Amino acid sequence: MTILIVAEHDNVELKASVLNTVTAGHKLEMEIHVLVAGRDCSAVAESAAKLIGVSKVLLVDAEIYQHGLSEDVASLVVSMAPNYSHILAPATSFGKNVMPRVAAQLDVAQVSDIVAIEAENTFVRPIYAGNALATVVSSDAIKVLTVRTTGFDACATSDAPAAIDSIPGLAGNNLSTLVSQELTKSARPELTAARVIVSGGRGMGSGENFALLEALADKLGAAVGASRAAVDSGFVPNDYQVGQTGKIVAPELYIAVGISGAIQHLAGMKDSKIIVAINKDEEAPIFQVADYGFVGDLFEAIPEFTNAI
Amino acid sequence: MKVIVPIKRVVDYNVKIRVKADQTDVETANVKMSMNPFDEIAVEEAVRLKEAGSVGEIIVVSVGVAACQETLRTALALGADRAIHVETDQETQPLGVANVLVKIVERETPQVVIMGKQAIDDDFNQTGQMLASKLGWSQATFASKVEVHDDVATVTREIDGGLETLKVKLPTVITTDLRLNEPRYVTLPNIMKAKKKVIDKVTPEELGVDVTPRLKTIKVTEPPERSAGQKVESIEQLMEKLKNEAKVI
Repeated sequence: MTILIVAEHDNVELKASVLNTVTAGHKLEMEIHVLVAGRDCSAVAESAAKLIGVSKVLLVDAEIYQHGLSEDVASLVVSMAPNYSHILAPATSFGKNVMPRVAAQLDVAQVSDIVAIEAENTFVRPIYAGNALATVVSSDAIKVLTVRTTGFDACATSDAPAAIDSIPGLAGNNLSTLVSQELTKSARPELTAARVIVSGGRGMGSGENFALLEALADKLGAAVGASRAAVDSGFVPNDYQVGQTGKIVAPELYIAVGISGAIQHLAGMKDSKIIVAINKDEEAPIFQVADYGFVGDLFEAIPEFTNAI
Repeated sequence: MKVIVPIKRVVDYNVKIRVKADQTDVETANVKMSMNPFDEIAVEEAVRLKEAGSVGEIIVVSVGVAACQETLRTALALGADRAIHVETDQETQPLGVANVLVKIVERETPQVVIMGKQAIDDDFNQTGQMLASKLGWSQATFASKVEVHDDVATVTREIDGGLETLKVKLPTVITTDLRLNEPRYVTLPNIMKAKKKVIDKVTPEELGVDVTPRLKTIKVTEPPERSAGQKVESIEQLMEKLKNEAKVI
């Protein structure tokens, strides 16, 4: 039995989410193939070939796969599915978009957002925004899974890369076209891949005040995140959002500044290794989950913190 | 143009759920139930499209127990024109619901299906994509802006790292993200009017669809609790702890 992992990438770089997905693949103790479908994306295939445990990379280089449109990527995966017992992708906006299309064509139930693998057909996944964990058994012949990246460590790389096979794509479905992309440009690490995250909440008071957090983040090599309250108040764009309705993160260090700690925020960061909370309200629920709490004015504390590093 | 909006009845988002002692499920008896918030956004978007003149009729559909009728009434009060209740006591899972919706779509021939990106109970995030796939339609998931024209829709999507705008051919399935709109409040006159609107009832068997769950849940547990740690008196002390105790800086 063999696993197929559908790689997420931007034609230039393999996304870090794939490294976690490969580790999930290791738990199944089967041969692992990785599909890289894109355009001019051989560098991505080369990165995928170096991941430990990957025995083959399938490279499909064609114009219709350039933007990872769900209809065309899903058709391609479905055409390859008969050779595989498990098809995995990261539970990111890419995997969430594509994989249910694959599962539906194969007429199998998808298991979304798995955080643990108990057996070849038994998986653990969060439900109710992470307030409960369900263990589910799939009886389908092909298991279609999306992997919550925080549930699995990133895999290592090897010096002996796997073979890369170029295979042809399919005819396009012509159902959708990309008009434009507006990606937030930042020199800081991506939220879901960062070792340290500095997040701000409503207590930041304004978008301008996020500069304080950015200064701290730059000293720490950290990503900057935000609570939904800060996003809804218009302080920062939505892709900063950590929480049930935003990104799910689990860095080594999460510093929550001016964040009260609503359940919806905790759902997105409670698996972080160390949590620091800085808030002037000592009753704030964030302190219930923080390893280290500091009660005080963030506008004094953050510059002091930044200078101390 | 006809629009179908599938909606799900779920535990209200304000309820703090509890896992049952026998670990079979979460407690749903005597718990407040509401329309899935993402579906409410879908209904609102359909109503706005109708108000803007690009949509003629809005049909809401719910698959589930008898009480789903209450949820359908809420959607009718928000501005949907009529409702279809596909009644079943089975646990509903995305694949089964998508199969039911395929039959409803074949009957009603809408140009657009708008639905929530995920239900806040099982958090699957699958049904819309599965429906589009089974119908061979285009899809635009996680929408934060929607424009519907004669034969295409232009949809801005929330993706990791920013936004992306797609042009999708109609017919299409659009799934809603949180920031697409803010649903209106239901008013008393509209609740009264909704009582006169029609809810058709049908069963999965009558539609020729088997909704037996394909995934079997063998256990539901509480997630590991995090306990409160220590308070520090100063930033200096915090730095010291992060360096020497937690060793993360």
